[in-house]
Amino acid sequence: MPASLEIRNLCASVGDRPILKNFSLTVPKGEVHAIMGPNGTGKSTLAKVLAGHPDYAVQSGEALVDGETILGLEPDVIARAGLFLAFQYPSEIPGVTIANFIRAALVARQAKGAPFDAKAYYAELYAKMDALKMDRKFTSRFVNEGFSGGEKKRCEILQLMMLRPRYAVLDETDSGLDIDALRIVSEGVNAMRGPDTGFLVITHYQRLLDYIVPDRVHIMWDGRIVHSGGKELALELEEKGYDWVKKELAHA
Amino acid sequence: MSAPAADAGVADPALQRAHEAGAPAWLAEVRRTGREAFASLPMPGRGDERWRFSDVRSLSLEGFAPAPAPSQEDAARLARGSALTADAAATLIFIDGHCVSRPELPESLRRAGVVFAPVEDVVRDRPELLRGEALRPPALLGGGKLLALQRAWFGSGYVLHVPDGIEIPRPLSVVHWALKDGSAALPHALIHVGARARATVHEWRLAAQPDLRTLSVSATDLHAGPGARVERLSVQNWGSAAQSFEIDTVAAAAGAEVLSVNAAVGARRARLENVVRLEGEGADVKLLGIAVATGEQEFDQRTLQVHAAPGARSDLLFKNALLDRARTVFSGLIKVAPGAQRTDAYQTNRNLLLSPEAEADSLPGLEIEANDVKCSHGATTGQVSPDELFYLLSRGIPLPAAQELLAQGFLEEVLTRIGDAGAAEAVRGMLRAKFHS
Repeated sequence: MPASLEIRNLCASVGDRPILKNFSLTVPKGEVHAIMGPNGTGKSTLAKVLAGHPDYAVQSGEALVDGETILGLEPDVIARAGLFLAFQYPSEIPGVTIANFIRAALVARQAKGAPFDAKAYYAELYAKMDALKMDRKFTSRFVNEGFSGGEKKRCEILQLMMLRPRYAVLDETDSGLDIDALRIVSEGVNAMRGPDTGFLVITHYQRLLDYIVPDRVHIMWDGRIVHSGGKELALELEEKGYDWVKKELAHA
Repeated sequence: MSAPAADAGVADPALQRAHEAGAPAWLAEVRRTGREAFASLPMPGRGDERWRFSDVRSLSLEGFAPAPAPSQEDAARLARGSALTADAAATLIFIDGHCVSRPELPESLRRAGVVFAPVEDVVRDRPELLRGEALRPPALLGGGKLLALQRAWFGSGYVLHVPDGIEIPRPLSVVHWALKDGSAALPHALIHVGARARATVHEWRLAAQPDLRTLSVSATDLHAGPGARVERLSVQNWGSAAQSFEIDTVAAAAGAEVLSVNAAVGARRARLENVVRLEGEGADVKLLGIAVATGEQEFDQRTLQVHAAPGARSDLLFKNALLDRARTVFSGLIKVAPGAQRTDAYQTNRNLLLSPEAEADSLPGLEIEANDVKCSHGATTGQVSPDELFYLLSRGIPLPAAQELLAQGFLEEVLTRIGDAGAAEAVRGMLRAKFHS
C-alpha cells in the first residue's frame, strides 16, 4: 500500500467554471510539501475538493489516502480516513465550546459506545494548548467566536495536533498572522513532523516556509502544478515574483 | 345535584360542583366562578386569532380526571428523583397535583415571614394571601377557558410569599410529577416577592414514565415589588402524550428585576401564555424561552409585554430547535402605553429547522403609543449554516452529531443566562436527550 496522499489528474469545477485542470501531486507520508501560487490559481479549491466540500464538482481524476480513494466520500468520512484541512477562514460556531467540539471529533473516531477518557483528554488538550501558548480558558470559549486571526489559526493547529491525521492540508495558514503567531503556529506544525504524517502547505508567500521548511515546493498555475523543486524554489519564486511563473513556466 | 358519571373527567360540571362543597366561602366562590366561566366559554376554535397556527382540532379535555393521592411508596420513589436543583433552600413535591413533601424552611426565613407552602396549607393558615384570587384578571392570550378550568379546581399548587427586604440566597425548588396515566393536575402558583426582596424559584414538571398521557393546566402569577429581584425557571418535561398549558403573568413594580425562563422539552402539545406588565418606572424584565421539539410535538408560545410605566425595559428571546415533523408557534406582542416614555422593549424569536418537515410559525408584533421609545422585534427561521456544518463534518463529526452540536450551540445563548449552573446543566441534559429519542 503506498503511504502517500496521491492526487491524479484531478479536474474539478465550481458551477460551470473549471478550476482544477489535470492536477497531479503526490505527498509521501513523512514529508512536507508546499504549494505556492498566485491568487485565483485554484489552491484553496484543491483544499476544499480534497476535504469533500459540496460546492465543488469533480469531473475526473483520483485522490487517494494511503491508496484508499477519498473522492466522492462525505466530508466526515474523508476526515476519519485521515485527512485534515486547516481552514484559511475557519467558521465561528456559536454556543459550541472548543472542548466539546474537539471531544466530539475524537468520539467520532472511537468505536461506537466506547467509553471516552475525559481525564486523559483534558490532560492532552491542556498540554497542547500550553505548547501553542493558548490560554487554558479557551477550552470554554465558543469555537472561533470573537477570536483574532492569530487565535483562529492556533485553534486550527490545536485541532490538528489533537486529531493526529495521516495528512494535513494547511490552507493559507499564514494569512492574518503576525510574526509571533506565525512562529508559534509553525512550531506546532514542526512538532508534528515525523514519519507518520504528511503535510501539504498551501501559501501565497514564501514567509511561512522560513518557519515550516518544506521538503518539496510546487508552483501552481491555472489549476495544475507547473514546476516543482526543493525548498530553494520558494526563495527563487520570492525573488523573481509570480510574473516569472507567468512568463517562464505557465507554457512549459 | 346529579352524581358525577363513573368516567367523569375534569371537564364534568357535576364533578366540578362537588369540589366546591365544604370549602370556605371565598374558595367556593373562586371555584364556582371558574366553573361557570368554563361552562360559558367556547373551546378555542380555528377562527380565534390568539390560537392561530395551533392545532385546535386535536385539543381535547376529555379523558383526564383528577387522580387520587399517590401511595407512600410512589411518593418516596419520586422524591428520590426530585433533586434537580442542587443546593435548593427548600423543595416542594407534587404528584398528580397532590403535595407529598412540604419544605422545611430555614428558621431565619420562617421568622422573617417567608411563606413557601402548598395552596391547601395556605388556605388553612394564611387565607388572606389567596383571597384576591376571586378577582384574578382574565387570560388575555386565548387561554380563558383553560384558566376557568384551573379556577374550577382551585386548590393545588403553591404560594411563595417573601416579605419586603428579605433575600433568599439559594433557589427554591418545586417539582411536579405526573404519575397516573390520564391524570389531570391544575396547580396555581402565586409568587409574591416584596420590595427589595430577592428570590429564585425553579419549577420542574416531570413524568414518572416517558410515555404518559396527562393533562396539566397551571397558572402562575409572579409579582415583583419595588426593587425586588426575582428569577424563575420553569421546565416542562411531561410524558410524550401529555397536554400542557401554562397561563402565566408577571407584574414588575418600579426598579424590579425579573428573569423568567421557560424550557419546553416534553408533552405532545404544550402551550405557554405569558403576560408581562411593567408597572413601575425602571422595571426590567427578561423573558427567555428554549425548546427542542421532536416527533409530532407542538409547542405554542404566546407572549405580551405591556409597558405601562416610563423608563422600563423588557427583553424577550425565544429559541426553538425543531426536528422530525415538530411544530412551534411563537406569537408575541409588545404594547407601549401612551405615558410609557423611554421604554426599551425587545423581542426576538429564532427557530432552527433540523428537518424539512418541521414547521415554525412566528408572529411578532408591536403596538406603540408613546413617541420616545426604543423597540425592536425580529424573527428568523432557518436551517443550520452550511459553512458551520462543513466545518464540523471536516473534523470527522458525522452529520447527525454535527447537527446536534450546532443545535445545542444555538440553544446555549439561552442556557448560559440561567443563573444557576446546576439547573442549567439539568435542562441541557433533558434537551440533549431529545436528540436521541
